[in-house]
Amino acid sequence: MTEENDAKPPVVTPARVVIALCLIAPFVAMLWVGSYAKVEPTFVGIPFFYWYQMLWVLLSTALTMVAYKLWQRDQRAQRARKGGASA
Amino acid sequence: MKDGVNGVALAVFIFFFLAVTVIGFMAARWRKAENEASLDEWGLGGRSFGTWVTWFLLGGDLYTAYTFVAVPAAIYAAGAAGFFAVPYTILVYPLIFTFLPRLWSVSHKHGYVTTSDFVRGRFGSKGLSLAVALTGILATMPYIALQLVGIQAVLDVMGVGGGETTHWFIKDLPLLIAFAVLAAYTYSSGLRAPALIAFVKDGLIYLVIAVAIIYIPIKLGGFDDIFAKASEAFSAKNEAAGKPVAGLVPGEMGQWGYATLALGSALALFMYPHSITATLSSRSREVIRRNTTILPLYSLMLGLLALLGFMAIAAGVKVDNGQLAIPQLFENMFPDWFAGVAFAAIGIGALVPAAIMSIAAANLFTRNIYKDFIKPDATPAQETKVSKLVSLLVKVGALVFVLTMDKTVAINFQLLGGIWILQTMPALVGGLFTRWFHRWALIAGWAVGMLYGTVAAYGVASPTQKHFGGSSKEIPGIGEIGYIGLTAFVLNVVVVVVLTFVLNAVKAPAGVDETSPGDYTADVGDPGVKAELPPATVGAPGGGH
Repeated sequence: MTEENDAKPPVVTPARVVIALCLIAPFVAMLWVGSYAKVEPTFVGIPFFYWYQMLWVLLSTALTMVAYKLWQRDQRAQRARKGGASA
Repeated sequence: MKDGVNGVALAVFIFFFLAVTVIGFMAARWRKAENEASLDEWGLGGRSFGTWVTWFLLGGDLYTAYTFVAVPAAIYAAGAAGFFAVPYTILVYPLIFTFLPRLWSVSHKHGYVTTSDFVRGRFGSKGLSLAVALTGILATMPYIALQLVGIQAVLDVMGVGGGETTHWFIKDLPLLIAFAVLAAYTYSSGLRAPALIAFVKDGLIYLVIAVAIIYIPIKLGGFDDIFAKASEAFSAKNEAAGKPVAGLVPGEMGQWGYATLALGSALALFMYPHSITATLSSRSREVIRRNTTILPLYSLMLGLLALLGFMAIAAGVKVDNGQLAIPQLFENMFPDWFAGVAFAAIGIGALVPAAIMSIAAANLFTRNIYKDFIKPDATPAQETKVSKLVSLLVKVGALVFVLTMDKTVAINFQLLGGIWILQTMPALVGGLFTRWFHRWALIAGWAVGMLYGTVAAYGVASPTQKHFGGSSKEIPGIGEIGYIGLTAFVLNVVVVVVLTFVLNAVKAPAGVDETSPGDYTADVGDPGVKAELPPATVGAPGGGH
């Protein structure tokens, strides 16, 4: 990224690392097909392959929500640091 | 298929269809703005939609009638491989979260209506913008055609499609009527029509899925029985074919294909003009980010819907055309009146995306071909007029496509469309984050990706087709079977990076960038950005009535 901030806050903060991890996790989980390409254990008769991916719909939603909240907080903090001056 | 017309189902279907038609025309008066003759109004609903409207609009837009028919149909035919649609939609949301707010901001700041507008502004290249616009239009047309195929499937099962001997005009009359109505309200109400109708569509879809996922398994003896029967059916199929063609989980061989198809489709989804149109119509940056946390509800629905494919096998549904599997399952399992509700859900599910897609394609034509190349001094009122007409033309084109050509042609082109649209990603998403890429390198990369993708897809044979038999092929250098679109995309990026180094080294003219870094993070509430649309779209001569 080529953006420059007047106040020069650190670009990499712990919160941003967590945000990145939250957004990357679904990719690792879903693209590693070998980790879930099996029938057992089944859940109410549905093979693992199917319910595991459906579970990830919920997990990824939760992760995105965490990322969203952290990002909001990050942005608010950055704006406060700039003291309301326009960027 | 039962003989004759299913009267009750048809009556329910017509009832919902009429209701939606009324809503479509009334939509023109919903949240009406003074400046109604501008493309921002007709083509983006005044850029005014909040979280919920955007949610319905995007959901109505991305989960189309074709999705409802094709995803379970793929499961019905091949089992696990068809389920890739679920990881695909899971991966879409982190991507949206990362890049769409930036696109929203820069588009709001500069009055961009299409992705090509942005590409032209960022790279100062009309050629690149034209390439992106043409790819978008080409990829969208067959998609609209497939929506009509979805309606046709429902009409067929209801018995109003007519037999082989029926006169073609009588046979296609229901489709023509549905189509004329769709065209008329899109013309008069613009993006507001599908936005309102999406509420009805999604309400019906959620209702049908909820009922189907509880009622059908009970009738079929639970999921244990359903999957046991499906497993038997797949074994029989594999034995007959002499090789694994279907299964409950993807085999070692199919895993690369599964992953690359999920990733490639996820990357491609938000390159489609209609997804961008729905996104840009939202009121603020926050609306988009907040939506990524509630849109996955649709993925859950899609997953459940996919399971219907197994139920169709277990219920003993036998159809030659896989597209009819789910409508036929509904017809067999549900009482007539509820089958009518289910068919209405699919039918209306075709109207919403078809409307948005035709608007998106029309916007591309108007902004990036008509205004850039034919009439640079077009007023906003003229732009809107052209867009409205082109949206009609695009739909007529899709209709002719469906009526005159074999259905497989539309499906082949849609498959190609996915591969093509992915090739616009380096210019669009790359451009959102960096200006390092050279515009000529981007054009070259796009051309290479398009060429490789088309040739590779042409060479894929299937048991029923000599060409365009599928979207997966051996990845050169890796030797695994993978999604062609993704391979083409990687090639595209390699070409872009290498040529950018070369072109920057020889100091080739880089073009003028009209955006500044701050534009990419601007929001409505920010100081100095407050609803600050450029003069071209606000209060322009001829804009007010």
